[in-house]
Amino acid sequence: MDVEILSRIQFAFTVAFHFLFPPMTIGLGLNLVIMSALWLKTRDPLYHNMARFWTKVFGLIFAIGVATGIVMEFEFGTNWATYSRFVGDVFGSPLAIEGIYAFFLESGFLAILLFGWNKVGPKTHFFATCMVSLGAHFSAIWILVANSWMQTPAGFHLAKMVKVTSDGVQHPYSTALEPGTFTLKEIALPEDYIVQAGDLDSIRAVVTDFWAMCLNPSTLDRLAHTVIACWITGTFVVISISAYYLLRKRHIPFAKASMKIGLTVATIALLLQLWSADSTARGVADNQPVKLAAIEGLAESTTEAPLGVAGWVTWKKDEEGNIIGINENAFKIKGLLSILVSGDFTDPVAASQTEVKGLNQLPSDEFLLKRHPDATPEELKKIRPEYWPNVPIVFQTYHIMIALWGVMIGLAILGVVLWKTGKLWDIDWTLGGKIKPVKLFLWALVFAVLAPQIANQAGWYTAEIGRQPWVVYNILKTSEALSEAVKAGQVLFSLIMFMLIYALLFAVFIYTLNSKIQHGPSDDISGKELPEKWKILSLKGGRQTTSAIKE
Amino acid sequence: MDLNTIWFILVGVLFTGYAMLDGFDLGVGSLHLFTKGDKERRTLLNAIGPVWDGNEVWLVTGGGALFAAFPEVYATVFSGFYDAFMLLLFALIFRAVAIEFRSKQPMRWWRNMWDIGFALGSVLAAILIGVAMGNIVWGIPLDHNHEYTGNFLTLLHPYSLFLGVTTLALFAMHGNIYLIMKTEGELQAKLRRWVKFTIPAFIICFLLFGISTPWVCPHIHDVALDRFVPLGITFTIALLCVFNIPREVHKGREFRAFLSSCGAMLFLMATFAISVYPNMVFSTPYIQNSLNIYNGSSTDKTLGFMLIVAIIGVPIVITYTACVYYIFRGKVELTDESY
Repeated sequence: MDVEILSRIQFAFTVAFHFLFPPMTIGLGLNLVIMSALWLKTRDPLYHNMARFWTKVFGLIFAIGVATGIVMEFEFGTNWATYSRFVGDVFGSPLAIEGIYAFFLESGFLAILLFGWNKVGPKTHFFATCMVSLGAHFSAIWILVANSWMQTPAGFHLAKMVKVTSDGVQHPYSTALEPGTFTLKEIALPEDYIVQAGDLDSIRAVVTDFWAMCLNPSTLDRLAHTVIACWITGTFVVISISAYYLLRKRHIPFAKASMKIGLTVATIALLLQLWSADSTARGVADNQPVKLAAIEGLAESTTEAPLGVAGWVTWKKDEEGNIIGINENAFKIKGLLSILVSGDFTDPVAASQTEVKGLNQLPSDEFLLKRHPDATPEELKKIRPEYWPNVPIVFQTYHIMIALWGVMIGLAILGVVLWKTGKLWDIDWTLGGKIKPVKLFLWALVFAVLAPQIANQAGWYTAEIGRQPWVVYNILKTSEALSEAVKAGQVLFSLIMFMLIYALLFAVFIYTLNSKIQHGPSDDISGKELPEKWKILSLKGGRQTTSAIKE
Repeated sequence: MDLNTIWFILVGVLFTGYAMLDGFDLGVGSLHLFTKGDKERRTLLNAIGPVWDGNEVWLVTGGGALFAAFPEVYATVFSGFYDAFMLLLFALIFRAVAIEFRSKQPMRWWRNMWDIGFALGSVLAAILIGVAMGNIVWGIPLDHNHEYTGNFLTLLHPYSLFLGVTTLALFAMHGNIYLIMKTEGELQAKLRRWVKFTIPAFIICFLLFGISTPWVCPHIHDVALDRFVPLGITFTIALLCVFNIPREVHKGREFRAFLSSCGAMLFLMATFAISVYPNMVFSTPYIQNSLNIYNGSSTDKTLGFMLIVAIIGVPIVITYTACVYYIFRGKVELTDESY
């Protein structure tokens, strides 16, 4: 295997593993804020016990997120040095801002959240909880700014760097000159300049408008989509563990109250996600039509484009094994993709006449001719698939994500219905037969914790594999972005080490999480276990309510 | 002062912050295996428990700032030091998860396993940081595109390895002093005895390092003569700080000793910065391929914008970090929430 594929696998593996954890902490953080706020409002020790228990779970997940997160920041430099040089002027800033404004906030207040119960009063503690949650959301903002810029670069221009000596002579960037005898000068390149292989030692992406870079065309959509996904992920952790306690008939008041918060947040977040997904997909249609055609497996440009529900796509190859197109075999709803792309739901018939471009027309001849000026139309056809992502994979990952959304919204709504009818707490309820539907449903909720995780990963793969062959969309290819100084053997070694360490880490994580769940929360609702500084507040005019317990 | 110089200082401040803060975490880790019994080890872990994670953020932010302000330097150093930095990552991962998992299970083998992970991770991280610093001072082979042309073994030579040992000694002493502040009773008495080894060990390393550097690194030698006055001042203050440490410890004023230790790091980093400025990475043998704050930097636009970001952000960070340290002042108490 060459260094490109190894570096891609290593980055994908380390980021995918890391991405299991932050979505849980972002979502759990939101739930912690709700629980702590409920405690402050009602002074019901039940909510205190909840905040206590979920904070422990939060702390465990957070630690793994921190330990695995630092890896990515190193990898931009270690494995993708050419990329780092090329985009450093643009891409480094969001990472630095993330450090200053998000990580410090998170880690500083996390100390109070985890270890401050006896050191500070409830209001300071609540403030710390909010700050940790805010910090987690800030970090999502800045990492998505950085990533979205790779998807839809904006607010920059390409510039050729030269060294100018005091006599006004321009020297190529790679000329060795004594420090202090020259200044660097950027010569802006035309907007449609195409980066050539030999350019990378002197051409750089240079910021022209910082806010245009941050708010590039896909940032807001992708930020909303990811943050909502994180809320769903963390909330399903709450739902899953609560369902487990209900099934085991342990910590019932705790589990009921947690389940209610979980189902409420999950239902709202899943409905919001529908809106966000629609907006995100339309952004992809506008900014990355190749990606849209790939995830929908659309071969030919057409009006009344169909929306695939499930199926498969394979490569169509010629006798020599070169990719020449796709074979698509899926259950489809005619015209729906056109309607969704147009975004006009008031007049579906007219909207279905919107044309959606297919892979056989993408990227356009014009785009290809700029890069291959001497190609004949026949040759263009052969070149075109080089600019496609791996269609069979992204078609599946995209549809897995959507199917799992369907599963989750079904579970959440059914959960709310059972809760409101009171059946959710009656696990032995039957229709007369041997089957206990509520019990089965609760078991489904226990395992539903996997659904948002798989959906997150699938969605992320769709976004990132769908961006290929580019690392910066339509500007720089992934294959050109590697570290010159790093050899395949080095990456192979580190990749194997990461796999071993992360496998160990994951096993230990599951083991420890399980023992935390088995240990469970405190069931004491007398308020005797409250920390000293908290007791006073709970007596002083606090409204003691036991409504949550009575139900 | 131009933007490039300001950022050279700012990146230096972030890495100095990292050395001062995570330095004692790594030092505590290096001393961890010398303590006996579960209670002592838990006390050590919880002395750094609430703060180690925030301390590591200084490294993350330092790396981010280096990427934003000096992308060429970031790219060259990180890809050039590939194997060393991968080892550093593994060490930091082990350190972090060992702290988290160690006390979650009562089994002896479990706790011993994570104790070893914690200690080895800390020792390895401290040495690797020193080795990396040593190579920055010593110089690494770069071509005209600033690409590193050596391999892992190029990085391991007597000077860099010695700086690795010096860093370990520095962090061990720093952690030792920090622990005396956070402990009481028998454990504290024991830690006071250890200081009699950790302080002299560091002072010997430090003197050897200080004397040898101008003689073994030709490019530092020239600069040392040119900038004799500022270098003399910072190095003398560093020296005074170092010798103040045993004095304060002897008088039982650990907090002052800790501040002296921080001061020693600050002025050592200042000495280092003055002697390399404006260079960031020395290229050997082709010194003209070196990376400096001008040919390795981002554009003035980015540097200027990020300066505003830093001016607003860093004071806020320092304020609440100080608050957190204030809240967790005093001796370690083991509670249900502790590691």
